[in-house]
Amino acid sequence: MADTLTGPLPQDPDPVPDFPMPRAARCPFDPPPGLKELQERGPLAKVRLWDGSRPWLVTRHADQRALLGDHRVSADTDSPGYPSKAAGDGGDTKFGFIMLDDPEHARLRRMVTAPFAIRRVEALRPVVQDIVDGLVDDMLAGPGPVDLVEAFALPVPSLVICELLGVPYDDHAFFQDNTRTMVHRDATPEQRGRATREIAEYLGGLIGRRLADPRDDLLSGIAGRVRAGEIDHRTATETALLLLLAGHETTANMIALGTLALFHHPDQLALLRDTEDPALVVSAVEELLRYLSITHLGRRRAVTADIEIGGRLIKAGEGVIMANEIANRDPEVFPDPDRLDLTRDARRHVAFGFGVHQCLGQPLARMELQVVYATLYRRIPTLRPAVPLDEIRFKEDAFIYGVHSLPVTW
Amino acid sequence: MSGAEVELETDRCVASGQCVVAAGQVFDQDDDGIAVLLAERPAPEHLDDVREAVAVCPAAAIRLLER
Repeated sequence: MADTLTGPLPQDPDPVPDFPMPRAARCPFDPPPGLKELQERGPLAKVRLWDGSRPWLVTRHADQRALLGDHRVSADTDSPGYPSKAAGDGGDTKFGFIMLDDPEHARLRRMVTAPFAIRRVEALRPVVQDIVDGLVDDMLAGPGPVDLVEAFALPVPSLVICELLGVPYDDHAFFQDNTRTMVHRDATPEQRGRATREIAEYLGGLIGRRLADPRDDLLSGIAGRVRAGEIDHRTATETALLLLLAGHETTANMIALGTLALFHHPDQLALLRDTEDPALVVSAVEELLRYLSITHLGRRRAVTADIEIGGRLIKAGEGVIMANEIANRDPEVFPDPDRLDLTRDARRHVAFGFGVHQCLGQPLARMELQVVYATLYRRIPTLRPAVPLDEIRFKEDAFIYGVHSLPVTW
Repeated sequence: MSGAEVELETDRCVASGQCVVAAGQVFDQDDDGIAVLLAERPAPEHLDDVREAVAVCPAAAIRLLER
């Protein structure tokens, strides 16, 4: 390379790293190494998104919590500087209070908080236990190997959210296909728009029927708000869609990816399999939520007024991304953060986000995962992967991280 | 009883239920999931749980004033 010796060293024309970043092939449970480097370098870094925009990436736990709790950041995808996840994000596919700011966000969110109160969720625990036991019975009655995603991980939250909302589970193939398209990063805006419209029409129809003939379910509750003139039919449909979508794609991935992670930590799997202690199951769920941090595209916000964070100024109109998988590996909060330790106290993780937009369904998700993790390995103690790790396809290409399938046997 | 006093701003509450999970003797929820304060002056043995509730509350709706 003689010419580099005579002239100035070639400069990287664009040292800003792309986001999201690739994970290391051999460490599918760890955050991308590039994120760790940024966290070690400082609290803030600029990253480049798919559309060329350059929001700030916030890497530390304390800074992420401070920003997500700050009223000077906006979750509205139309706010100037909002870091867009993919083509078609916002606009046509904008739905639900998740993309609104207070006070409208709080008004709409409070309409659907009741079923997620702790007592109500606990009352559902026996129902979830029955669902989980029934699916395990079905698995054990048939031949292995089976795909744990199809046979177990997806049906559990799907059956639960259908029960809660009052959506007929018989239609699950239809809405699971559509929700999969909605959260696929490479779906075209047209594909995502079509999937959203189809499922919105379906839910809008169900709400219409509940208007005339209410039952004891969340769709009827939402329809009641329409009847009372508090929301219009479109907002009601968007709210139902948000709950159906969020109820599917998150818990399912935690079940399958969590199981795979446990296969690769046999000592930790044995703890869960052999325990009689419900407190250990509770802490195991928190630790797996922390360790896996499946919402791997970050919590995204637009800053609406200048904010100083970590000694740097984020200006109004700039975007910020809180990559929760790296905050959940912040050594300031979680000692030896890359170790999966089901006995640690991991409750302060930000896997459900933080601030007023923190996941509404978290009590339900926790309870489902507690039932699943306490049941699956105990009832099938010889459960094991049926293919080597390098044959597993990870969902780098989806809004929520996980595995496309997980062949298991016993 | 202790000298410590709990303040809860229900207007800020986002019904995450995390205070109930952390400190069920001190917090409950109403029918809509909004937090309810059961004990303004919690017993000393519950103070650690209240501190945890303060730390995990996503909406910063809880304060513990320790004197």
